[in-house]
Amino acid sequence: MTGRGMLIVHVALLALLWVLQFVLPPFHHGMVARILVLAAYAIGYNVLLGYTGLMSLGHAMFFAAGVYGAGLLVYYSAAGAVSGLLAGVLAGLGLAVILGLLSLRTTGATFLLVTMMFGQVGYLLTLYFNRITLGDQGLILSGRLEPLRVGAIDVTLSNPAVRFNAALLIFGLCLLLSLWLARSPVGRVLVAIRENEERTRMLGYDTFRYKLFALVLSGGICSLSGAAYALLFAYVGNTFASILYSIYPLLWTLLGGAGTTFGPLAGTALMSYAIDVASGLTSAYLMVVGLVLVVTILWFPSGIVGSLRARRWRWLP
Amino acid sequence: MAVAALTARGSLLQTLGLTRTFGGLQAVRSVDFRLLPGEIHAIIGPNGAGKTTLVNLISGRLAPDAGRVFFNGRDITHLRAPDRVGLGIVSTSQSISIYRRLTVFENVALAAQRRLMQRLAERVALNRRALAEEVAASLDRVGLGGAADATAGALPYGHQRLLEIAMTLALRPRLLILDEPTQGLAPDEIGALVALIRRVARDVTVLLIEHNVTVVLELSHRITVMDKGRILAEGAPDEIEAHAEVQRVYLGA
Amino acid sequence: MSLGVRLFLALLEGTVTGLVLGLAALGLSLVFGVMRIVNIAHGAFFMLGAVIAWYVTSTTHSFVLALVGAPVAVAGVALAVDRFVLRPVRYATEATIVATIGVLYILEQLVLSVYGPYARAVPAPIYFRIDFPWFGYSGYKIVVAAAAMLLLAATWWLVARTTLGLYMRATQQNREMAEAFGVPVDRLYACVFALGGLLTAIAGALVVPIQQAHYLMGLDMLLLSFMVVIIGGLGSLGGTLVGALLVGLVDGVVSVFFTPTLARIVASVVVALVLVVRSQGLFGGEAS
Repeated sequence: MTGRGMLIVHVALLALLWVLQFVLPPFHHGMVARILVLAAYAIGYNVLLGYTGLMSLGHAMFFAAGVYGAGLLVYYSAAGAVSGLLAGVLAGLGLAVILGLLSLRTTGATFLLVTMMFGQVGYLLTLYFNRITLGDQGLILSGRLEPLRVGAIDVTLSNPAVRFNAALLIFGLCLLLSLWLARSPVGRVLVAIRENEERTRMLGYDTFRYKLFALVLSGGICSLSGAAYALLFAYVGNTFASILYSIYPLLWTLLGGAGTTFGPLAGTALMSYAIDVASGLTSAYLMVVGLVLVVTILWFPSGIVGSLRARRWRWLP
Repeated sequence: MAVAALTARGSLLQTLGLTRTFGGLQAVRSVDFRLLPGEIHAIIGPNGAGKTTLVNLISGRLAPDAGRVFFNGRDITHLRAPDRVGLGIVSTSQSISIYRRLTVFENVALAAQRRLMQRLAERVALNRRALAEEVAASLDRVGLGGAADATAGALPYGHQRLLEIAMTLALRPRLLILDEPTQGLAPDEIGALVALIRRVARDVTVLLIEHNVTVVLELSHRITVMDKGRILAEGAPDEIEAHAEVQRVYLGA
Repeated sequence: MSLGVRLFLALLEGTVTGLVLGLAALGLSLVFGVMRIVNIAHGAFFMLGAVIAWYVTSTTHSFVLALVGAPVAVAGVALAVDRFVLRPVRYATEATIVATIGVLYILEQLVLSVYGPYARAVPAPIYFRIDFPWFGYSGYKIVVAAAAMLLLAATWWLVARTTLGLYMRATQQNREMAEAFGVPVDRLYACVFALGGLLTAIAGALVVPIQQAHYLMGLDMLLLSFMVVIIGGLGSLGGTLVGALLVGLVDGVVSVFFTPTLARIVASVVVALVLVVRSQGLFGGEAS
């Protein structure tokens, strides 16, 4: 499939999602909005895991950088949503640079643990500065956020329609970014690093710099998602910095298919709906979710989209 | 072989007192080595002689404990491997190192695009047609023209070797280092490879490590014999064949 | 209590914690080393060991029975997980991670449904105090430390001196070669996974009198075990023990001077920096 063809497929998906908002009942409206923002988080994670082959267990620190960067600014000052978003992304980028310089000399299990440790440090810092962050009780942003001024109209972010479209915008941006990466020369080098780093060095590539780029891009997308989440759902809490929120994107990405563009969305959506449906059926919903995970990975060992790509649709990016 | 004419020009590559130790073992001991531009130069010697180590020191895969490396008169001793590739020093290793799960096209494309990615704009998007042409040209040179869509790991061993060479050619090397390229090849494949190396050597200086003595004597302009980390002898093939020490140590006379 | 005394107490506690942690992490290290997979349900096995021990003790009033029954039961669970979940995905790294997260959820939920959300303890089977001049110390904790050391030694003996251990070491070094030499790798993997579960479950059972059994207690143990195994160096038994003692002691000592939160921050940063500088851990083989 050509580049243009792939672009059309992706835009078509976005268009489909856009249409969804007019047919979905109110509960699912908010649910899909949430899934879209979290899928953006998974896309950011996929940049590092799926394409570059580096598994991190500390990505919650990037998501939290976005959440707290945006949330604290908006909560404690008169800054608006756009400044909040920017602050969150900048915080994530800066953190990624620092983390990259420290940790990218390591790989594999060591990298996993180093990122996990730094992730824990991030979480513990939110507890340490409890007075500012209010720990897991968190900060409620609604009422603190001034409506956005778009042209001559005041747009409130808590309005469901606005929220949905904002979430879709963020997701769409990240999705198209991941499509660009998958087909660009830089993306090709990242895949090469994943497949055979030594060979890639001997082809003349400075692999450290490329890995740093991947980490910064990943951190930026994840913090964008975090900032959006805080602003759209008006809540800043330190669960977003906990190890749980480091495991989630790993889970969503692997479930949906690492190294694919649609995989993160598929994984996030499946997990979210599995939890939702299961908790409606039984109070033992964790068990149902666990079974869904085991069964899915038995049938789709490379993730849903990944296995589909391997078996039938080789053109899937 | 116009050895006299070759030595009249300056050297392309030179090492001075190159030394490298592993644990307690001195793999390469104060080696002074010279490569002349345009030649095919073979390094031979028994196992453990330090051939691969020397070649890794030249390509930058390993850093020396002492000594210097010069390329085109420039001191590249502290230059890391990726940067040396940028200067035109390209190497393959004994065990084939390719991207097994990617297609043949993708393998060569990765090499070809390295040259094309000089500016920022080219990292964002490349001219796909230019890239495809480069890849096709490299594949044709080694005789893999029709195999672009095959998965690299599924190719027969001999073709994987050729793929690796295609990748090195796509980088437009000035010095091509081949570590035991005929290892594992069938006799007819060896013949094809020798012909390929001769063709390539028209524009590229070739340094190869080889155990196959016939190939070495057939191809090389000059031969260096190593033993226990030192250079034992150096010269034209007939000189080496007649060399008493070499016969004792290596050729098994 | 003066600073010196507090330090001494911290060292005692740290040693006990470290030894128990070493026993629990040993299972993870063996599985990591031989099978090259990451078992995210590792902490759940620890928790399961504790909970089953609680059940057995509460019904039979025999803690010894619990110490035997719980690990055996958990080993059985581990065998089932290996047979029905891990083997079908052929121990692929990423699939195993997702699958073991699923197993973690299932086990946690099972325990939550049957055992409930409360933390419950059992009285220590042996109650005596060791009276130091400054404080009394729980004798049971000393027993736990001794038991842990015994089991660690037994495992070392298993790995170093038995055929099973030989198979394990061979497969860890080079799986293909081991297979070529006739090592039954599939059955070996099942054994190793079961052994890992067994060791962790014993640790879980041992701590129930000290630290209550709760359905979420596995998460912390998982994180700590990860830390220990990677600091100590993948696949190194001695490294695991040293890593565990290090983690236990450092955490204990640092907690004397700082709040628990700050102590954890300091410990985490130190661990991370150690790994940045020496990526193969303290005792690991070649740097990755």
